[in-house]
Amino acid sequence: MPQLSCRDLTIGYEGKTVVSGLSFDVNAGDYLCIVGENGTGKSTLMKTLLKLMPPMSGRITAEDGLSSNQIGYLPQQTAAQRDFPASVKEVVRSGCLNRCGMRPFYSKPEKRMADENMEKLGIAALAKRCYRELSGGQQQRVLLARALCAARKILLIDEPAAGLDPKAAVEMYSLIKKLNDEGISIVMISHDIAASIKHASHILHIGERYPLFCGTVSEYQQSDIGRKYAGLGES
Amino acid sequence: MEIMDKLALYFQFPFVRYAMVAGILIALCSSLLGVTLVLKRFSFIGDGLSHVAFGATAAAVALNLTNNIFLVLPVTIICAILLLRAGQNAKIRGDASIAMISVGALAVGYLIMNIFSKSSNLSGDVCATLFGSTSILTLTRASVWLCAGLSMAVITVFLLFYHKIFAVTFDEDFATATGTKAKTYNLLLAAVIAVIIVLAMNLVGALLVSALVVFPALSAMRVLKSFKAVTICSVLVSVSCAALGILISILAGTPVGATILAVNIAGFGIFSLIGLAARSG
Repeated sequence: MPQLSCRDLTIGYEGKTVVSGLSFDVNAGDYLCIVGENGTGKSTLMKTLLKLMPPMSGRITAEDGLSSNQIGYLPQQTAAQRDFPASVKEVVRSGCLNRCGMRPFYSKPEKRMADENMEKLGIAALAKRCYRELSGGQQQRVLLARALCAARKILLIDEPAAGLDPKAAVEMYSLIKKLNDEGISIVMISHDIAASIKHASHILHIGERYPLFCGTVSEYQQSDIGRKYAGLGES
Repeated sequence: MEIMDKLALYFQFPFVRYAMVAGILIALCSSLLGVTLVLKRFSFIGDGLSHVAFGATAAAVALNLTNNIFLVLPVTIICAILLLRAGQNAKIRGDASIAMISVGALAVGYLIMNIFSKSSNLSGDVCATLFGSTSILTLTRASVWLCAGLSMAVITVFLLFYHKIFAVTFDEDFATATGTKAKTYNLLLAAVIAVIIVLAMNLVGALLVSALVVFPALSAMRVLKSFKAVTICSVLVSVSCAALGILISILAGTPVGATILAVNIAGFGIFSLIGLAARSG
């Protein structure tokens, strides 16, 4: 059974449809990239998957036991976070919150997990630094470490390379690939089609109002739309 | 030594001691949520609520209630929740509804005071409610206990939900997406903010309340870099500014609320300078 499955999904907000007819599955270990032009509803789709907004019609079903406290989420940064006084450690630990339930404080294993995730993403040395003083690439790693603390099975990622310089973007993509190789499913929004083809296992290409393509990467590369956009991405 | 003698004399009066105790407690809990208020863009809700609390106080005066907090507190909590809901609903403009409720409450409150007040010094009463010139010095023993109880409640809630408040303030979408009930915590925050506003109104008056909440947090944020450090520092700043402000106002005979805020403004100036020096040095 797929971890996450959408059937005939219509999404939108304030009564306006953005995309309709979405059907796709995410199986354990998949790396799905959602691509498409700006304004085609990629972020709306992600917010719907995260249950931050309700779908207009259709169904999203999750595997038994995959409740929202087993999902990790790497959002695009908001303006409020940029002037927030928080240390890296505090931010990463806040990812453990969904394991606490009603317990008011973090337990030892949770703190250890936060430390391990910082180690894994190479930000352990920054633990005491202030989040808002880090570079864009470092901030993304901090948020990814936080998402890892929350994720047990699946990570949803929204434009991880937005605002990063090319080197940091490449590093970010290979980190995500490494996590995927370790067994976590990835659902990622990206407008970097070349990088998506390189790393992902599946592609969902959303066009205006309806999905244009959904399938594996090799199928995408042979499809008309895939050839057109992949060509654009490389040039 | 003359100042110390004068202070020793004043502190023999129970109402001065009550004012000091209540002032310090109020300053403590009002600063706790300052960071959250500033960063969640809730400061304007705090300001709107203080106007609501003014209207409710006026109504309590008209009704001749002996302890107006039993009317003011529930009304303010209800309005806090309504305002928060309005702010979240994209179809109704949050800021417009806040302006409506808060300025409306201010106008109706003044009207009620004018019509029903039996006092000969109406403008003095209004001024006291808005700027808190004397109310902190007229606290009874019972209201000091009430104030202490409410402060303890605020501090307990803050400690129990510290990590949740951090998560919801830092990134509400992430918290919701990963299974934290951010909406519930927002409601809790709104209720706590309402309690703080009502408490702090005794100290500095309705118009100056939001400054008491926001200034210590802004000062601490100039210099410090983690949520924990900023929270602790803003509590210390708030308590010392309040204590100093009350002492100065007793000695110099200045209005309590305005003096406390003047000390807070000075504190903000000092912290800004330290922050600038730290960044350039």
